[in-house]
Amino acid sequence: MRRYSAFAIAREALRYHQGWERAWASPDPKKRYDAIIVGAGGHGLATAFYLGKNHGITNVAVIEKGWLGGGNTGRNTTIIRSNYLQDPSAAIYEKSRSLYETMSQDLNMNVMFSPRGVIMLAQTEHEKRGYLRTAHANALQGVDTEFIGPEKVRQLVPIINIDGPRYPVLGGLWQPRGGTARHDAVAWGYARACSAMGMDIIQNCAVTGIETEGGKVKAVNTSKGRIETGKLALVVAGHSSELAEMAGFRLPIESVSLQALVSEPIKPCMDVVVMANTVHGYMSQSDKGEMVIGGGTDGFNNYTQRGSFHHIEETVRALVETFPMISRLKMLRQWGGIVDMTGDRSPILSKTPVGGIYVNCGWGTGGFKAIPGSGWAMAELVAKDAPGPLAADFGLERFREGRFIDESVAAGVAH
Amino acid sequence: MLILECPCCGVMADETELAPGGEAHLTRVGPEGSDADFESYLFDRKNPKGVHFERWRHAAGCGKWFHAARSTVTLEVFGTYPAQVTEPPKALLATIAKKVPGWEGWQ
Repeated sequence: MRRYSAFAIAREALRYHQGWERAWASPDPKKRYDAIIVGAGGHGLATAFYLGKNHGITNVAVIEKGWLGGGNTGRNTTIIRSNYLQDPSAAIYEKSRSLYETMSQDLNMNVMFSPRGVIMLAQTEHEKRGYLRTAHANALQGVDTEFIGPEKVRQLVPIINIDGPRYPVLGGLWQPRGGTARHDAVAWGYARACSAMGMDIIQNCAVTGIETEGGKVKAVNTSKGRIETGKLALVVAGHSSELAEMAGFRLPIESVSLQALVSEPIKPCMDVVVMANTVHGYMSQSDKGEMVIGGGTDGFNNYTQRGSFHHIEETVRALVETFPMISRLKMLRQWGGIVDMTGDRSPILSKTPVGGIYVNCGWGTGGFKAIPGSGWAMAELVAKDAPGPLAADFGLERFREGRFIDESVAAGVAH
Repeated sequence: MLILECPCCGVMADETELAPGGEAHLTRVGPEGSDADFESYLFDRKNPKGVHFERWRHAAGCGKWFHAARSTVTLEVFGTYPAQVTEPPKALLATIAKKVPGWEGWQ
């Protein structure tokens, strides 16, 4: 892998940019790999990367039905934060956030991580009390957050309607180290680093079946042929139930559509991420100037990557109330992604009833922020066949044992 | 927009009137059931990419629960039927089998 640097740009400028090499190779699959990861989104690629980097396993294939980073990795609103209430969540999301800080250096790819700060607005007394509790929990967990009053909110976000008639802003949970990153670059950076370690990234290769023998995984059948492996990691978000069905078990997952939209680009007006969970909308401004907007999920099972219009209407209505100046903005694009929701709104990083098959799913509406931490924890689980400290609480058995990591109650909404 | 006919009041209701209730025809596991059965009943879901049988409530209408069969891939609605049954009506199953080649059946 030829490194990207200021020097490389100067060198290529002098020779008409003829020397840039492909960022990653696209080989045909080999007969056998030590580990196969299904799903070349952020989580799958990060799992492969840390399998190589932390555990020295590089005979790895990442197979992808569509194109790399074409699912939820390219469809989210790129928010990174770790201000969770429950200890296991705070641990894995904070690990993830801290890995984002050095990701550009680690991957030699500019992922444009922008720790601009994230505010979650408190707009009811209940919400205020909830966030005060989260701020105290975060202090114990070592996550840098603070509950701020309305004056500080006004200073940070001058365009906000502090004294709205329905839901005045009573304060907010402020995480100064949260922010955003360039989502495609995260996928590209991991893919390039994996390819440089000798891993095979195989796109346009759909899994059609999973072969097991004596309760253990033997091979996967794909549209590009049969590939043998001893370890199979399913990291496919909304399609997890489909792959689990192929392997013969069920997951506590339901797939629903989550939509986002962006406006026309405008001059810089908001340099932090604002989430308003009571009225249910969140917004940040991209480097191009577009307002990036997200809201709630649809209620019913859906694999179409489209959503219902009335959810967009609800989200936009909430944000116009919170930021009156956006009322005349035109929206440029709208899209949907299929998110994998668990009952407690926490992810699953787990061994499964089939030996050698591991699942990493259930990140629901908040997967992007978790990519590096999830990959780190999942790689350890796959390499050692046992979860490490970050993944230990996120096993499938928590449903049977009633040990939920209940972020749905903690956040009050999808998060 | 998703439009379902409420079998109780006969209204063609769009989804803003309806509340989704998840997978239909789950068999309740009683106190004598094993932990695994109970877990499966409470949490594990088919979540199919294709024909899905599900519960809905006509929340902003007559308020009654009912069932619907719907494709999660095309959002086509195959039909709705009353809540007081433990399995989908045979006529509906025949319609779906005709419309969806290679469909594996509702169980």
